[in-house]
Amino acid sequence: MSSRLTRSKPWAVAAVGVTAAITVAACGGGGGGGSSSNTASAPGITATTVSIGSTQPLTGPAAPGYSEIAPASNAYFQYVNAHGGVFGRQIKYTYLDDGYNPTNTASQTRKLVLQDNVYAVFSALGTPTHLGVVDYLNSQNVPDLLVSSGCNCWNNVAQHPYTFGYQPAYTIEGKLLGRYVSQAYPGMKVAYFAQGPGDEFGDDGIAGLNDELASSNVTVVNPPQYYAPTAAGAMGVKAEMATLQGEGVQVVICFSIPAFTATALASAASINYHPVFVVSNVGSDPPTLTGILTGGSLGVALPAALIGGMVSDAYLPLVSDSSNPWITLFKSIKNQYASSLPWDGNVLYGFAQAYTFVQALHAAGQNPSRLDIVHALENSHFTDGPGLTPFGYSSSSHLGYTGVEIVKTGADGTETAIGPLSTTDNSATGTINAYSGAPATPPSNGIPSD
Amino acid sequence: MRSALARRVAFFVGLAALLVIVTYQVDAFTNYNIAGIAIFATAAAGLTVLTGINGQLSLGHGALMAVGAYTTSLLLKQRPDLPLILTLVTAIVTTGAAGAVVGAAAARLRGPYLAGATLALAVAVPQIPIHFANIFGGNQGLSVPPPIPPKALGSNFPNERWLAWIALAAALLTLFLLANLVRSSTGRKLRAVYDNEVAAQLAGMDVARTQVLAFVISAACAGLAGALFAYWVGITAPTGFTLALSLQLLSAIVIGGLGSLFGAVLGAYVVVYIPVFTSTVATNLNLSTDIANNLPLAIYGVVLIVAMLAFPSGIQGGLATAGRWSLQRFPVLRFARQRLTGPESITHATK
Amino acid sequence: MRTFLILTVSGITNGFVYAIVALALVMIWRATRVINYAQGAMGMFTTYIALYVISHGFTYWLAFVIALGSGLVLGAVVERVLVRPVEARPPLNVVILSLGLLILLEALAPMLFGGQIRSFPAPLSRVDLKVGSTQLYISPFDIFTVGAVLAVMALLVVFFQRTDIGLRMRAAAFNPEVARLLGIRVGRMLTLGWGLAALLGALAGLLISPAIFLYPTNMDEVLVFGFTGAILGGLESPAGAVVGALVIGLVLSYVGGYLGSELETMGGFLILIAVLMVRPQGLFAFGSRRQA
Repeated sequence: MSSRLTRSKPWAVAAVGVTAAITVAACGGGGGGGSSSNTASAPGITATTVSIGSTQPLTGPAAPGYSEIAPASNAYFQYVNAHGGVFGRQIKYTYLDDGYNPTNTASQTRKLVLQDNVYAVFSALGTPTHLGVVDYLNSQNVPDLLVSSGCNCWNNVAQHPYTFGYQPAYTIEGKLLGRYVSQAYPGMKVAYFAQGPGDEFGDDGIAGLNDELASSNVTVVNPPQYYAPTAAGAMGVKAEMATLQGEGVQVVICFSIPAFTATALASAASINYHPVFVVSNVGSDPPTLTGILTGGSLGVALPAALIGGMVSDAYLPLVSDSSNPWITLFKSIKNQYASSLPWDGNVLYGFAQAYTFVQALHAAGQNPSRLDIVHALENSHFTDGPGLTPFGYSSSSHLGYTGVEIVKTGADGTETAIGPLSTTDNSATGTINAYSGAPATPPSNGIPSD
Repeated sequence: MRSALARRVAFFVGLAALLVIVTYQVDAFTNYNIAGIAIFATAAAGLTVLTGINGQLSLGHGALMAVGAYTTSLLLKQRPDLPLILTLVTAIVTTGAAGAVVGAAAARLRGPYLAGATLALAVAVPQIPIHFANIFGGNQGLSVPPPIPPKALGSNFPNERWLAWIALAAALLTLFLLANLVRSSTGRKLRAVYDNEVAAQLAGMDVARTQVLAFVISAACAGLAGALFAYWVGITAPTGFTLALSLQLLSAIVIGGLGSLFGAVLGAYVVVYIPVFTSTVATNLNLSTDIANNLPLAIYGVVLIVAMLAFPSGIQGGLATAGRWSLQRFPVLRFARQRLTGPESITHATK
Repeated sequence: MRTFLILTVSGITNGFVYAIVALALVMIWRATRVINYAQGAMGMFTTYIALYVISHGFTYWLAFVIALGSGLVLGAVVERVLVRPVEARPPLNVVILSLGLLILLEALAPMLFGGQIRSFPAPLSRVDLKVGSTQLYISPFDIFTVGAVLAVMALLVVFFQRTDIGLRMRAAAFNPEVARLLGIRVGRMLTLGWGLAALLGALAGLLISPAIFLYPTNMDEVLVFGFTGAILGGLESPAGAVVGALVIGLVLSYVGGYLGSELETMGGFLILIAVLMVRPQGLFAFGSRRQA
């Protein structure tokens, strides 16, 4: 077991120190002008500003939850700007709504590149929507950094040298969750509940799970139960849970978005079916699930009990871990710059992503070209950021975070680490290795520097 | 009649030349939007013939665009170096055939029943690529490489301008052919069946065949637009062909002016440009997240409502009313019009 | 067997929700000869109002009544302010107007109430009943749903057949000119008709939201299925609309459960077109009355 199981005092001390530092900095901070030796070294970069852009589902069926990510990132950028920016340049973040429709993504991306003249695209969210523009961005040599999706498709250095993933690939999650299930629930019956069919979130996750579980000591019940992410799909989940109940499935592994994780949990409870739910990080954020389920969707008092016992994985510090200095840092910045946002996994994601971007921007040098930031990412694993494991970046791989730790959610919604922190790659044969690197603490002012 | 045709040809050629000049003057993003408007206009023109002239309400033309788009994307998946013109023609033929099937099945349906059937089609078709994910790419869709300008145009010819040229050529050709069709005996048949079905039958017209023909024509236009749409977006995925697309096309032809080809172009412009315009407005005001995100859509909804309250005959109708008013006030304009258009010009009556 | 039972129960309960939407559409069609494409969105909006009331500490039943009341008001206002001016115009104009209203409501709801997906409470338990140790696949709330819809349908029958105002509404819908000559305020009847239809839509929203959660676009599919059911049954016949909606509910449930949820809408479409090819005006069409 890793030493990360217990939260010891040094965290608390660091947390207090960071909070103090931020309060001091916030009182005195002011914007800085450009450094005298700044040049307009690339499109989107002037002596005083850096422009970046993104496409996000701010409206439409995919918006709930995901629409918080960009404002959270923007809050972090505003904090950085208020403390002098990066090399004295202010970060200007333009995020445009595409409603999860690739038609809109195509035109909004062209607007960002051709009209807003951004230096880079950051955190573009959505797999089918972004797949439509990844060729275009690479043909225009626009850095396409930290794509908000776990699809394996962003790791294609030969054809898309400017595109980089961010979160652990779904296949990586599948392998690591699968390894945990085979060790923790030997001999039990396991089934998959996944988005699809024909959806890379479900397909990649199941591929990873099968890599570990197909020839292990658990019995995988086939076929997987698929759901379509529509209202009609939600109405069919209960029958799927009943099928699993009838087959005696004891562990249900879910590659589902939060709304459908919630539907699965509620439906199973409504037929008195209580398997262990193992849920991908994408759909397991406890505050999000609690927010969805609160209100008594099962008729009377309900929810938190539903998510108790849920197993999941994490690659960032835990949302509910208020002694973690990263959490303290990001929460206090959020309270200052985006107080209307809740505190949940999506907001943490936005902050962490923005932090990584600022790390990369800093590493790219004082007057970076577009290639400079690409090389900056390839040359560093950014282990001094909030991530629990390193990024997989190199000149031959643009995979994001390489590993996760296994966590369990209590009935009160807090998560605790229960399993190993491991890394792997997204191939069927890549080995799983325990990761024992010590977690980094944030810099005292919360802004990355050399 | 020959002189009317010659005048029309001259008009379109002149328009094409003017547009080519425009594409050299504007920036790449505007050229990209021009391509988008041309694509929508192509589909809207076909739909306005079907709904405005032939009276068949279709809420499913987005699904027909999907047929055209997937045809093109599948061809390119198998043979990436296939010439553009071949993919477009195949898409037109395939979608026309699909239109024949739909039209035949729906030949006896009228009014809201046809609307309901086409609406059910519009929500059902995008699910096929998800079920047959191996062929159609599932939710991730099929990538479509952008059309490359021919070497003869020079190595620095921007992709966006070439895309605009292709789309404009398709739109102008479609509008030209439809303009001829609408004034021909076929066009009169389409209109006659809408005006009075019983009288048309008594006069010897085969109503069912006319209805199917109208569907085929509009489907062919939708197929061409869908094929170009695939090149324009760069990916053909189910989330790009929701019911909203069909409703957007319908809104375009009603706002522009039902039954009028010029109205279809106007409506296409409105429908493509409003989201662009409103999202700029929303970013410039500093609003809370929920309000800022949804303001563009709210404005779009209000525009649709106000347009229907203020312009019951669409923009084209409003322009026509303004035109009639100014003809009455300024007789010199009447004289000019007579010289330009000739004695046998048909004033296109909108329904 | 248990799959079949669950699918049947959910097909019927969902079918009844589609039935209310179908009834609302039929009511508006018979009165004003238009299809109100915003019917679902109006039901979504009133459900958000109900959630607002509940989250401020009031009981579900008060919120229930307020939602239905808001539906009545919303429908009446929409008819009077938006639909009346365009009634005489080509029918497509009202279609586009209702689409504009749909988009507007789906944007207003998150602006006023927040865009996060929220669960919506059910007044009764949604845990399936158990008789002894046998699991039945129906919950108290399922029974409530079916009961509520049947009660509303009975009330509508009584209203239209037995009350004076119901008679006046029917007259105004059947022949507005003659009705006017007889002193009936046709305009008022239309407003009332739209109000009642929106009340039905509000009920649909309240009944379906516990299962599919509440978010701005949650009623889109419900509208499509309700509309399909109404067309299947025939827009002239309220009973037909209910039967059609139940058929659609069952078809969608079985296709989704046995073949895959992505094939549901195709199943619905095929059933619809099969029926319409034989009976172009729906199952319960009476005679060959020409549609306006």
